[in-house]
Amino acid sequence: MNIETTTQADATKAVVEARNLDLVFPTNDGPVQALKDVNLTINKGDFVSFIGPSGCGKTTFLRVMAALEQPTGGEITVNGMSPDEARRQRAYGYVFQASGLYPWRNIARNIKLPLEIMGYSKAEQDKRVNEVLELVELSGFGGKYPWQLSGGMQQRASIARALAFDADILLMDEPFGALDEIVRDHLNEQLLKLWARTNKTIGFVTHSIPEAVYLSTKIVVMSPRPGRITDVIESPLPKERPLDIRDSPEFIEIAHRVREGLRAGHSDD
Amino acid sequence: MKTLIAVLTVLSVIIAFWYAACLPMNIKGVLTEAERAGAEVTPAGAKERRDLGEFGLVLDNSFAIPATWAQDRPRLPAPHQVAQELWKTTGAMVLKGKMMSKRSLFYHGWVTLSATLLGFAIGTGLGILLAVGIVHSRVMDMSVMPWAIVSQTIPIIALAPMIIVVLYSIGVQGILPKAIISAYLSFFPVVVGMVKGLRSPDGMQLDLLRTYNASTNQGFWKLRLPASMPYLFASLKIGIAASLVGAIVGELPTGAVAGLGARLLGGSYYGQTVQIWSALFAAAILAACLVALLGLIERSVLKRMGMGA
Repeated sequence: MNIETTTQADATKAVVEARNLDLVFPTNDGPVQALKDVNLTINKGDFVSFIGPSGCGKTTFLRVMAALEQPTGGEITVNGMSPDEARRQRAYGYVFQASGLYPWRNIARNIKLPLEIMGYSKAEQDKRVNEVLELVELSGFGGKYPWQLSGGMQQRASIARALAFDADILLMDEPFGALDEIVRDHLNEQLLKLWARTNKTIGFVTHSIPEAVYLSTKIVVMSPRPGRITDVIESPLPKERPLDIRDSPEFIEIAHRVREGLRAGHSDD
Repeated sequence: MKTLIAVLTVLSVIIAFWYAACLPMNIKGVLTEAERAGAEVTPAGAKERRDLGEFGLVLDNSFAIPATWAQDRPRLPAPHQVAQELWKTTGAMVLKGKMMSKRSLFYHGWVTLSATLLGFAIGTGLGILLAVGIVHSRVMDMSVMPWAIVSQTIPIIALAPMIIVVLYSIGVQGILPKAIISAYLSFFPVVVGMVKGLRSPDGMQLDLLRTYNASTNQGFWKLRLPASMPYLFASLKIGIAASLVGAIVGELPTGAVAGLGARLLGGSYYGQTVQIWSALFAAAILAACLVALLGLIERSVLKRMGMGA
C-alpha cells in the first residue's frame, strides 16, 4: 500500500518524460539529426534551462514538448499523455523570442486572446487580465498598444498572455534574447518571483550561462551535430535567489561546470 | 511651404508645356480658317502648307498664335478651354439649377459612378471570397490563381463587347453589364492583396495559436483577417481606379448615351475635342476623389484598430 502510493506520487510528479527521443529533419542537403537519444525527466515545479550553441536542438526539444514538432523516434509524455493530447488540453503557455503581440489589440485585449479562444466568460477574462498584469508588474498598461511599450514591457506582456489561462507548464524560447543586459537582469529576477508565486513548471531556452544558472533548478547542457544532452546539472542553489547570488562560490562553480559541458560538446567535432 | 512651391512649379511647367504644344498642333487648322476669312498667310494655300513643318509655320505667322488657343474644334484644346468646358458642364449647370440635366457632367459622372461602385462592390466581395478560398485550400490555390492571372492578360476592350452581347442575349441590360466589366477589372488586385495579407502572419504567430488549440475559424477571424487589413486597403485603392476604367470601357461598345464613356465616344464622333478632354478630366478627378476617400477610410479604420501610429 505504502509502496503503491509512493510510485503513484512519483508518476504524478514527473511532468515531462522523454525516453530515447530522436528527431530527424529531412533537408535538401540530406537528413539532419536535430535530436539524438534524448532522455530527460522534468518534475512538477522544476525550472529547467536548456543551454547550448545554435543547432544543439534546445528549441527543437521545447517544440517537441509543445507538439509543434513530431519526434521521429523514441517516446515522450507530458502529464502522462502524448504532447499533442496535452496541447489539446491547453497544458502549455508558450513564450517566443519575439513578443508576437497583435498590433491591432491593446495589451489587455492581447492577453484576452487565448481566453477568448478558450471560451472564458467576459467577467472571468477581465478578472484574469488584471491578475496577470499585476503579476508581471504592468498594471495600468492594459489600454496601451504594443508600439507604446518598450521591448522589455512587450515581453512581459507576452508572458502575462501565457500565464492568463491555466496551463501549468510554461515554455519559454529565449524570451529575453533580444533585450539588453540590465533589462534582462530585472526580468530574470521578476521571473523567479513569478515562478515562486505560481508554482508552474518552466522550460527555458537560453544562450546565456549566467541566466541559466541564476534561474534554474535543473540545467540541461546540449551540444550540436547531432543534437544531444551532454550534461544535466541539478542546482544546489536555494529557491530564494537575490541577484548578488551570482557572486557566490556555488554559483561560480555551477557556471564553470556548465561551461565545461559546453566545451566538451564542442571538442567532439 | 517649400513642398507647395515645388508642386506649383511642376504644375505650371506642365501647363506651360501644354500651351506650347497647342501651337504646332493647331496651327494648320488656324491658318486655313484665317485664310478663308481673308487674312494674309505665308505661304498662301492649304496645299502649299501641307508638307511644311508646324514650327516654321508658327514662326512665319505669329499673328495666328492667340487663335491656336481659341479654336472651336482644335486638335489639342488649351487648358483654359478644357477648364471652361468643365465649368460650363458642372458648376454653371448647378447654378442654373440643372445639375442633373443631360448636358451636365454630374449626370454623366453619376451614371458612370453608380456602375463603378456596384462593380467595385461585386469585385471586392468576389476577390475577398476567392482569397479566403485560396489561402485555406491548396486545390483552390492551384486551380483558381492561374485563371485569375490569365483573366487579366485579355485586353478588357476586346472582352467588353462580348460580355455585353452575351448578357443582353440572356436579358440582362442596364447598369449590370457595366458593373460586371468593372468588377472583372477590380477583383484581381483584391485577390492578390488579400492572399498576401491573409498569409502575412508568420510561423510564430501560427504556432502560438496552435498552442492555444485554436480552430481554423478562430485563426481566421482573430489573426489572419485583421492582419490583412493594410493589404486590403492598398488593393482597394487600385481596385476602385480599375473599376472606374471598367465602367467607362463598358459604356463604349454599347453606344451608350449617358456616362463619361458616352461623352468620350460622342466627342470623338463629332470631333468635339474639348468635350473629350473635359470628360477625361472629369474621370481623372472622380478617380482621385474615390482613391482619396478610400485613403480617409483606411486611416480611420487602422487608427481605430490601433495600427495607425
